[in-house]
Amino acid sequence: MAVDQTTDGIDWAAGRARGFAPWSLRHRASLAALFLLVFPLVAPFKALAVMILVYGLYALGFNILYGYLGLLSFGHSALFGAGAYLCGIAIARFGAPWWGAIAIGVLAGMATAAAMGALAIRTRGIYFAMVTFALSQCVYFLFYEAVDWTGGESGLRGIDVKTIDLGGVKFDFLDPLVHYYVIAAFVIAALFVLSRILASPFGAVIEGVRENEARARASGYDVARVRLATFVVSGGFCGLAGALLALHLSIVPIETLHYDTSGLAVMMCLLGGTGTFFGPFIGAAIFLLLENLVSLWTVHWQLIVGVAFVACVLFFPRGVWGMIVRLSEK
Amino acid sequence: MEGLSLDLVALQLFTGLALGALYVLLALGLSLIFGMLTVVNFAHGAFYMLGAYVGLWLMMHGANFWIALLATPLAVGAFGMAVERVLIRPLYGRGIDYPLMLTFGLGYIIVELVRVAFGNTGYPVDTPDLLTGAVDIGVGWFPLYRLFVIAVTALVLVGLWLFLERTSFGLIIRAGARDPQIVGILGVDVARVWLIVFGLGTALAGLAGLLAAPLQGVIPEMGGPILAEAFVVTVVGGMGSLLGAVVAGLLVGVVVSMTSLFAPEMSRVAIFALMAIVLLIRPQGFFGRDGLMS
Repeated sequence: MAVDQTTDGIDWAAGRARGFAPWSLRHRASLAALFLLVFPLVAPFKALAVMILVYGLYALGFNILYGYLGLLSFGHSALFGAGAYLCGIAIARFGAPWWGAIAIGVLAGMATAAAMGALAIRTRGIYFAMVTFALSQCVYFLFYEAVDWTGGESGLRGIDVKTIDLGGVKFDFLDPLVHYYVIAAFVIAALFVLSRILASPFGAVIEGVRENEARARASGYDVARVRLATFVVSGGFCGLAGALLALHLSIVPIETLHYDTSGLAVMMCLLGGTGTFFGPFIGAAIFLLLENLVSLWTVHWQLIVGVAFVACVLFFPRGVWGMIVRLSEK
Repeated sequence: MEGLSLDLVALQLFTGLALGALYVLLALGLSLIFGMLTVVNFAHGAFYMLGAYVGLWLMMHGANFWIALLATPLAVGAFGMAVERVLIRPLYGRGIDYPLMLTFGLGYIIVELVRVAFGNTGYPVDTPDLLTGAVDIGVGWFPLYRLFVIAVTALVLVGLWLFLERTSFGLIIRAGARDPQIVGILGVDVARVWLIVFGLGTALAGLAGLLAAPLQGVIPEMGGPILAEAFVVTVVGGMGSLLGAVVAGLLVGVVVSMTSLFAPEMSRVAIFALMAIVLLIRPQGFFGRDGLMS
């Protein structure tokens, strides 16, 4: 597949690799957690910080599939959107508690991934991007037409979560800082889970399939099942990101399911560094900060997105974090 | 289903063929480009939209429909060739995902530039005077313009077939789709062939956009949904197969028009169900070669 992708796969068995990159990787989840805990104290806008968390997690979920497994999907908006909508519907239509709704969002992401994956993985290589793109368009229409459930074109409204109740202690979810830390708690948990998955034998198999499909098959792995399982894991992370988006915005706009949102995940990954642990968050941060700045002086933000896309592919395929890792290795 | 006569169904069938003709043109372009360059052109929808706007611009500046019909594919194709030369060529040999991501980004650029030039709102496009009205096709009155769309597509198909099967350049293209390395060794400038094929594919997209303009008007976003539909056609017909593009294009057009007659709420989802069925039964599509993608 992609030939000159960067990866931060390191030899966990040796465990003695020196230098900045291996060190940052050994403590990758802890480092990211620490940063996310301090981040709102330095970030000027809490709402933007939360968006970076949510979209970073979404790009992270996409990165599992593209960066680590090597399958390019252009349909991840369906996983993200399904998580957001199902979480929102659970709260707005059924009055589910917030934690239950988040669980439903994660499951929705995984179920959507399982359904899309079961079809798309039957094809190989370049077909995969087309089929996921088409299927996400199908999901978009399904949610668009189901107006009674989803609000159709005007989006899903009324996802009101005012307080977060933790064992009798009530937190005010409307307070920006509390709001941030609640969402950060889930993102940090997700980071630790991902770090654990990547360090597990399954994580090694994922990267093995990317590096050499034939050899993985010859070693006795069912490549199609590994791909489907990875797609479902990716769907779980994206579903969680979607659920957090629904809680954060308290509405779900229909654009969440638009293919532009799929492109967003690709863009953020590419910008930050495909197949790296920190890349998706860095990409999300750069992208959203740029969007905030550029939108101040032009309405044609999409033009910048397109140019950045093309420039990244042509001149900068390793992304920001990929470059940092590479430079530190020299 | 009161008042649903056989004639109405037959008329709807023709409407589906006219819609299918547009899909055929789009999927042919996609398949030509893929078959030669193994590039999935995610900007294909944007080229389609560009064709509609180039036609609109020409007609706003005094050209009539017939001049636009000739000039638009040439202009869009020339732009496509420039894109291949400048943006896509550096990516050959660097992994199949890069051209795909690049063309996706290029789609944003083209759409946004059209928004800068023409604004966010759409324009209606008049049907040329000669083609307004309807003709009796035996089962009822059918809009003349839709017949024209079918006829133009049929002409393009015949022309393309003659070009690929009867000219030496067509022979090079067919050989290049099989094995570009051997063709290169035999002394053919493969890079030039790829340039021309990309231009040809995008020109077909531009032509489809122009033909669609009087049917549905033009807006900058018109290329998005039809890109997904063209992908469905390509998957159903088999990637890289021109015959597959024609058969699946017409089939998808008919499926869309029939579902919008019998079950309007399903019309936008039905073709994806069709794609799902094909993927389950025959993942390589109707006429796809097994192993082309490995």
